[in-house]
Amino acid sequence: MHIAEGYLPPLHAAAWTVVAAPFVVHGARAVVRQVREDPDTKLLLGAAGAFTFVLSALKIPSVTGSSSHPTGTGLGAILFRPPVMALLGTVVLLFQALLIAHGGITTLGANAFSMAIVGPWVAYGVYRLVGRLGGGLSVGVFLAASLADLATYSTTSVQLALAYPDATSGVLGSIVKFGTIFSITQIPLAVCEGLLTVLIVRLLIKVSPEELRRLGVLRTPAPAQQEV
Amino acid sequence: MSRSTLVNWLLVLAVLVIAVIPLVFIGSDTEFGGADGLAVEQIEADHPDYEPWFTPLFEPEAETASTLFALQAAIGAGFLGYLFGTLNARRRLAAARPDSRLDDPA
Repeated sequence: MHIAEGYLPPLHAAAWTVVAAPFVVHGARAVVRQVREDPDTKLLLGAAGAFTFVLSALKIPSVTGSSSHPTGTGLGAILFRPPVMALLGTVVLLFQALLIAHGGITTLGANAFSMAIVGPWVAYGVYRLVGRLGGGLSVGVFLAASLADLATYSTTSVQLALAYPDATSGVLGSIVKFGTIFSITQIPLAVCEGLLTVLIVRLLIKVSPEELRRLGVLRTPAPAQQEV
Repeated sequence: MSRSTLVNWLLVLAVLVIAVIPLVFIGSDTEFGGADGLAVEQIEADHPDYEPWFTPLFEPEAETASTLFALQAAIGAGFLGYLFGTLNARRRLAAARPDSRLDDPA
């Protein structure tokens, strides 16, 4: 979903930066507030950041014959609500833009919008919805993380389509074109991302049940017997 | 092995299977180029006159870039491991304290 450096026309690059910036600033404040109000959750916050750092570096081959990477933003959105991921996701994108020339500074706003804003909010919405419908924690986490991953790549397709409408079929035709490149490739990866996020939540429940209960992820009082 | 540990390993296995299936069934002569790169090729094919108006300040060559990706994954995984160790130790220490808020047996 990384739009390469210089590949969004200046007006689009500027617009996405303006759209993403308030979310990132708000996210930075959310991170500071979280650390100040509940310092014990600092390590979990680090885990959410590290998880997205690892997953966005994993290039996984897909059935379309191309490869892509998960985003890892669902975990933090579920644990800490989406705003913190606006910051953490953008930091990861900045690292990749500066050191690996993957993505870019001019496209940072657009990439942050898809990976650090849309993805986390979709994850959080799906997670809450599944909870309300009575689904278990694992089901909620799996669907939240996979759909966040797909939503991120679909957002990229729309962003590119808006910048490069097809000569004959317009923006819609272009969405299909970029969607074929990104979203179809991403389907098996989204499943991987869902499974990996379920795995890390299960592991976190083992080592940090008290904090997860305080964050509202774990509701039952007896974590030792809790089957997830 | 407890049931919970088994489920965790099955999750790992499922991810590996999904990642390996394309390599086995589509054939080893496929390049599995990055989707990000394919998008750039699509743009260049449709708009041959488009010139990227900004280029990366620092751009490693492909081999170095893959090392840096591996490094990114390694740093993240190392940090995750450290955090898990610390969380686990903290939980055990808290459980060992009689006045602890954590009543969960380690």
